[in-house]
Amino acid sequence: MNTITKRKLTNVIMDLGRSWALIFLIVELVFFSLAAKGFLSLRVFQMVFFFGVTVFLLGVAELFVIITGGIDLSVGYIVGFASIISSRFVALFLQTGMSTLPALLLGIFLTLAIGLLPGLVSGLLIAKLRVPPFIATFSMLGITHGVSELLILNGAVNMPKLSTLFGNGYFLYWAPGPGLSLFVRPEIPRGGFILELIPNIVVVAFVVIGILSFMLKRTVFGQYTYAIGGNVDAAIRSGINVSRHTVKIYMLSSFLASLTGIIYVMMYVKGKGDAGASNLLDSIAAVVIGGASLYGGKGTVWRTILGALIIAILETGLRVMGIPTFDKYIIVGIILISAVLIDKIFPDKTYMDTKE
Amino acid sequence: MEYLVETKNITKRFGGLTAVNKVSFGVQAGEIVAVLGDNGAGKSTLIKMISGVHQPDGGQIFVQGKEVEIHSPMDALSMGIETIYQDLALAENMNVYSNIFLGREKTKKVLGLFNVMDSQYMFDESQGVLDKLNIQIPSLRNNVRTLSGGQRQAVAISRSIYWNAKFLIMDEPTAALGVAQQKLVLDLVKSLKDHGLGIIIISHQMHDVFAVADRIIVMRRGEKVGDLKKEGTNPDEVVNLIVGSESVV
Amino acid sequence: MTHTLSETIQGNRKLAFIARNWAAFFLLGFLILFSFTGKGFLSVTNFQNVGHLAVIAILMASAETFVIITSGIDLSIGFVMGFSSVTAGKIIQILYAAGGGISPGISIAIGIVIVLILSLIPGLVSGVLIARYKVPPFIATMGMWGITNGIALKICKGFPVATLPEVLTRIGNGYIIYIKPGGGISFFSLPHGVGNESIREYIRLIPYSFIFVGLILLVLWHLLRNTTFGQHTYAIGGNEEAAVRAGINVKLHLVKIYILSSFIAGLAGIFNVFQTGIGNFTPFGAMYELFAVSAVVIGGASLMGGKGSIFGSVIGVFLIAFLENGLLISGVVPFYRFIAVGLLLIIAVVIDQLFPDLL
Ligand SMILES: Nc1ncnc2c1ncn2[C@@H]1O[C@H](COP(=O)(O)OP(=O)(O)OP(=O)(O)O)[C@@H](O)[C@H]1O
Ligand SMILES: [Mg+2]
Repeated sequence: MNTITKRKLTNVIMDLGRSWALIFLIVELVFFSLAAKGFLSLRVFQMVFFFGVTVFLLGVAELFVIITGGIDLSVGYIVGFASIISSRFVALFLQTGMSTLPALLLGIFLTLAIGLLPGLVSGLLIAKLRVPPFIATFSMLGITHGVSELLILNGAVNMPKLSTLFGNGYFLYWAPGPGLSLFVRPEIPRGGFILELIPNIVVVAFVVIGILSFMLKRTVFGQYTYAIGGNVDAAIRSGINVSRHTVKIYMLSSFLASLTGIIYVMMYVKGKGDAGASNLLDSIAAVVIGGASLYGGKGTVWRTILGALIIAILETGLRVMGIPTFDKYIIVGIILISAVLIDKIFPDKTYMDTKE
Repeated sequence: MEYLVETKNITKRFGGLTAVNKVSFGVQAGEIVAVLGDNGAGKSTLIKMISGVHQPDGGQIFVQGKEVEIHSPMDALSMGIETIYQDLALAENMNVYSNIFLGREKTKKVLGLFNVMDSQYMFDESQGVLDKLNIQIPSLRNNVRTLSGGQRQAVAISRSIYWNAKFLIMDEPTAALGVAQQKLVLDLVKSLKDHGLGIIIISHQMHDVFAVADRIIVMRRGEKVGDLKKEGTNPDEVVNLIVGSESVV
Repeated sequence: MTHTLSETIQGNRKLAFIARNWAAFFLLGFLILFSFTGKGFLSVTNFQNVGHLAVIAILMASAETFVIITSGIDLSIGFVMGFSSVTAGKIIQILYAAGGGISPGISIAIGIVIVLILSLIPGLVSGVLIARYKVPPFIATMGMWGITNGIALKICKGFPVATLPEVLTRIGNGYIIYIKPGGGISFFSLPHGVGNESIREYIRLIPYSFIFVGLILLVLWHLLRNTTFGQHTYAIGGNEEAAVRAGINVKLHLVKIYILSSFIAGLAGIFNVFQTGIGNFTPFGAMYELFAVSAVVIGGASLMGGKGSIFGSVIGVFLIAFLENGLLISGVVPFYRFIAVGLLLIIAVVIDQLFPDLL
């Protein structure tokens, strides 16, 4: 073998190694398609995305923070906090006689605005007072958790029906007779055939995720995020306002967690203090499996989604096979550690610009 | 000829310790001045006052004949004074052209709505400055992490040149480099003279100093104890000055 | 230049002393405050209860102290504890329910020994990953969190392991001295023939759990404070590079640290079986490890490593424990404790930032 083909071969292997997560995802899909009866279906496929939304959004929230070299432990309980205050607001507006849609929109808007607060506080603690992110966000976890539970002492309030319809509805329906319809489920006879495509919340999540991916990759905001994680001193000396950017990053994370909380309460009618608490491990795992480093400076949105999908498919696949999801924790733990080890084997991609 | 940057009786104290004591010196355009001295002699402190990291406790700084106060590294940058730091100030996780434009990204509008980065522009401009300085790097799309130490220095220097540095400060730019890499950096430094820059270089390597410098300043215990034209001196004399057996001002 | 607040305080020895020991002063303040607001707060019974309930938190915090001083973190301890509790429960259950041949005492002893050996494994694995393969401690121990939690749940199938010998709780919740006012005094258990229903008539002093945790603390305190092991722990956290150059086998030491942490979590799991009489898995939201980290930080350690002490961490635990207990007894809704811990943490770190050189 001559040296050029050898080099090409190495490059191919390196490229494959760098996309090990994608390969793993494909292997996983093939495995469950063969092993789990009923896995290979449109319904299950949509379930994966529907229940995956929480980890997609929290994963991306965590991604921005992790690229700057930080960590956000509070996202899970901010989800719960937002799920509770949004239902509170909406109920309050409905009581004042407002009609459903404006009440809903205003409630969501206010929740998203208040949802920025935990991020603002932890961001300020981290950027101005040099509190380690772990500690700052854990104290915000405690505070949002405590406030949520206090708000819910006298029971949770229900979201109006419209919200639940949206939360569990689909973007596109098709049925023989009524034909195609957007958002609104057509009336069909009991047991009649209806095709439901793309859950609404998946549409919402991916619009947001698309925008964030664009921001991270193509805008100065994204560039600063990578710069801070790569070399804070360099960022400061280059005139980047590092503390302001850091605050923004934690506010973004907090914002995404609040959005997740609103989606949660649209899915499940009632808010719950620990609504997103069990998703922390999965969200961080998704980011790391997607190739980001906890030391900062690395990671992309789509790879994080890839990592989240690996976990979502694992969970759904095991469930379809009827295996208790206890195994999921073990497997995610192993993939998480392996991800770091595998990424160490494959260094940064390099290019050669041939110049004449 | 007028000095590009000049200090008069500049002094810096840290508590009871006088790190720099009434030092006066100047650097002209197109001149390379080396600062030598033993560990703790005050070299870094001296240049940090010019690059805005420390504020002097006494004395004056002049840039192109005008007295100035430099309160921060940003102030220094706005006066065309760029510092190449020992630890480089590059983000290793980012590619070469992103580093050259770090903090001053070129953007363009898409759909008349969003500001996105104009990567092609940044790439082309960066390639231009590297070509001008005759620096070879496999590709500007490569992350800085994948470059050699000398290439990284070269990127840091190109960055300063691209942003119109008039005055370059380098604290031990060859300290961590192998022989071939040292040569690469020193050749680059020499070529900068022809672009009319004034340069201060701190180094412990006598060989480097005699290879590039026009003038040599020796510091001992915070004071300037020697200011010599390269042609009029030799390494032995300089070493004696550093360790303190004679004094020529 | 004007003096900064930090310099002023460091110049004043009394103020510096208070800032350095703020957690202890806060604790004292809380004790005084709650003595007025909570009926029955200031009593031997209540203090014994608080101490007894804090045993697991104390063990967790001590484990985390060692790890944090090396500038690491161990997120797995809460779940290693659950793993240990469930496994010990299961072994005892099998041996004991298999009946006949094996007495409760021997089944318990076998369970303890096996579990203590098993509990070294998660620490060994994360230690090797961290020291040898440079996996960030956060990730390595988070991975072990998932793995040990999954295994624990598989062993117990998602339900606590019950029907264990009753002697467990008698030891776990027993006292050394029982006094009947006006009657006699009896040691180690209620007098013969006295049923558990009349236990309220007795004044009980010194729970066994105090002896247990006291001995462990003594050993750990000595280890950290007086031995080269402790010395090296601080050295690694202060400057790992320097520690390597000084000839310390940093890799081996780090592996030992994570094994120690895991082992202490194993001990906590066994104590948990004695205390509750069943094998419990660790629920999400228990956050043992996060509360342990908080206690350690409140107790004066820094996540950057090189700082911290067993004594400080224990103060940190008691600060949280008495706050919780005091609020409860004073009739305040218990969820305030999350808020309180959040605020205490912020205070701790801000003080640490303002006075970095107070040690
Ligand atoms: N920020 C500071 N605070 C207190 N003292 C300082 C500070 N920076 C420098 N010093 C002291 O000032 C003196 C001069 O230090 P400086 O770093 O300028 O020396 P140097 O000549 O650059 O030495 P080297 O060759 O080792 O880099 C030393 O005694 C040093 O300890
Ligand atoms: Mg120096």
